[in-house]
Amino acid sequence: MIHLLTSNWSAFISGFGWTLLSSILALFFSLIIGSLFAILEVVPNKALRIIGNVYVEIFRNIPLLVITMFFYLVIPLYIVKINGFTAGTIGLTIYTSAFIAETVRAGINSVDPGQMEAARSQGMTFWKAMRYIVLPQAFKYVIPPLGNQFVNLVKNSSVLAFVAGFDLMYQGNAIASQTFETVNTYVIVGIFYLIITLPISYYMQHLEKKLA
Amino acid sequence: MQNWIDAYSWINIRFLLQGLWITILISVISVILSFIIGSVLGIIRYAKIPYLSRIIGFIIDVIRNLPLLLIIFFVYFGLPAFGFKPDTIPAAILAMTVFESMMIAEIIRSGINAVDIGQMEASRAMGMNLAQAMWHIVLPQAYKKMIPALVSQFISLIKDTSLATIIVVPELMQHGQVVYGQDPNYIIPVFVAMAIMYFVVCYALSLLSKFIDRRMA
Repeated sequence: MIHLLTSNWSAFISGFGWTLLSSILALFFSLIIGSLFAILEVVPNKALRIIGNVYVEIFRNIPLLVITMFFYLVIPLYIVKINGFTAGTIGLTIYTSAFIAETVRAGINSVDPGQMEAARSQGMTFWKAMRYIVLPQAFKYVIPPLGNQFVNLVKNSSVLAFVAGFDLMYQGNAIASQTFETVNTYVIVGIFYLIITLPISYYMQHLEKKLA
Repeated sequence: MQNWIDAYSWINIRFLLQGLWITILISVISVILSFIIGSVLGIIRYAKIPYLSRIIGFIIDVIRNLPLLLIIFFVYFGLPAFGFKPDTIPAAILAMTVFESMMIAEIIRSGINAVDIGQMEASRAMGMNLAQAMWHIVLPQAYKKMIPALVSQFISLIKDTSLATIIVVPELMQHGQVVYGQDPNYIIPVFVAMAIMYFVVCYALSLLSKFIDRRMA
């Protein structure tokens, strides 16, 4: 196994890098999009609330693979040629943003409504109260679930293998089919995933216990 | 130009529905098996049996933190090296069951943790043994609390069966690929149809879970 690792070191590391990059990009954008839709779900305006709800329900209930393959096949057909990595990261972002929206919305709801009322009575607008009073308190509650979302995101980034995204899973498959050492290759790939996911999920368990 | 009318011919739609049937079949079999295995593992982890709980806890954490796709590959391409070569559908069920059991084990453990410890102590004080107290008193309360988490895990399972398309399991995603493979003008209609089918099944389940949750509360 050591020999397999050393002789394919650069492929494993580049796959690891692409997986990490895709996950971090998707996390960043889905945090922005997810928070936006979470706020849409709690605004006083009913039409906006419905838009937020529809977005979240649609993308939470469709497989990530369907979303990713759709972007991979359809965007090049009509708009612009994109590679598998971009299509995969877009798919990941949209899928994850729906879950993050749910998480953030739960966080916003867990903040005492008195906070919003007090902020409004001090003359703040809804958006100002949201931005300065409610969201900072909500984020404290949502950090453990967001960490778990990031773990899911890293695991889900393996769908990049379907669209030739050069991620860890894709490289693993390539190495497995060249060397015929399938078991060892997949064990190494698994260890690389665990390097990212295990510490985060243990840390989040620790945080959850501390907050509870 | 996307050809919606031809893409939605009855032959194609029927083929997609056959795929949906396999998707549901794999999901249901896997979820039943995982529920049983997950319950046992979750209880063992909760019970803090020396060594055993630690080892099982570690295995649960490792498998939970791996991508399901990797487990599918491992079962289908890796297990033959140990002299066991499953067919595509059993391989998919095996991989799903291994992964979901670990997810469910965690849900079960935290569900049991959420039941007031006093319930267990009171049952023990009434002369029940550990197994009796678990079975008659603690678990029924724990399962009630777990229903939303279990249903949402089942929904992810249904969505995750689409990954099995990579080992050519004839489920919905794979059948979709066959249909739009005939003609690039079928791509958008087929994706819309697949999305609707997955959505209807998953959304119905999430409504059901909300309904049960409200009934119980």
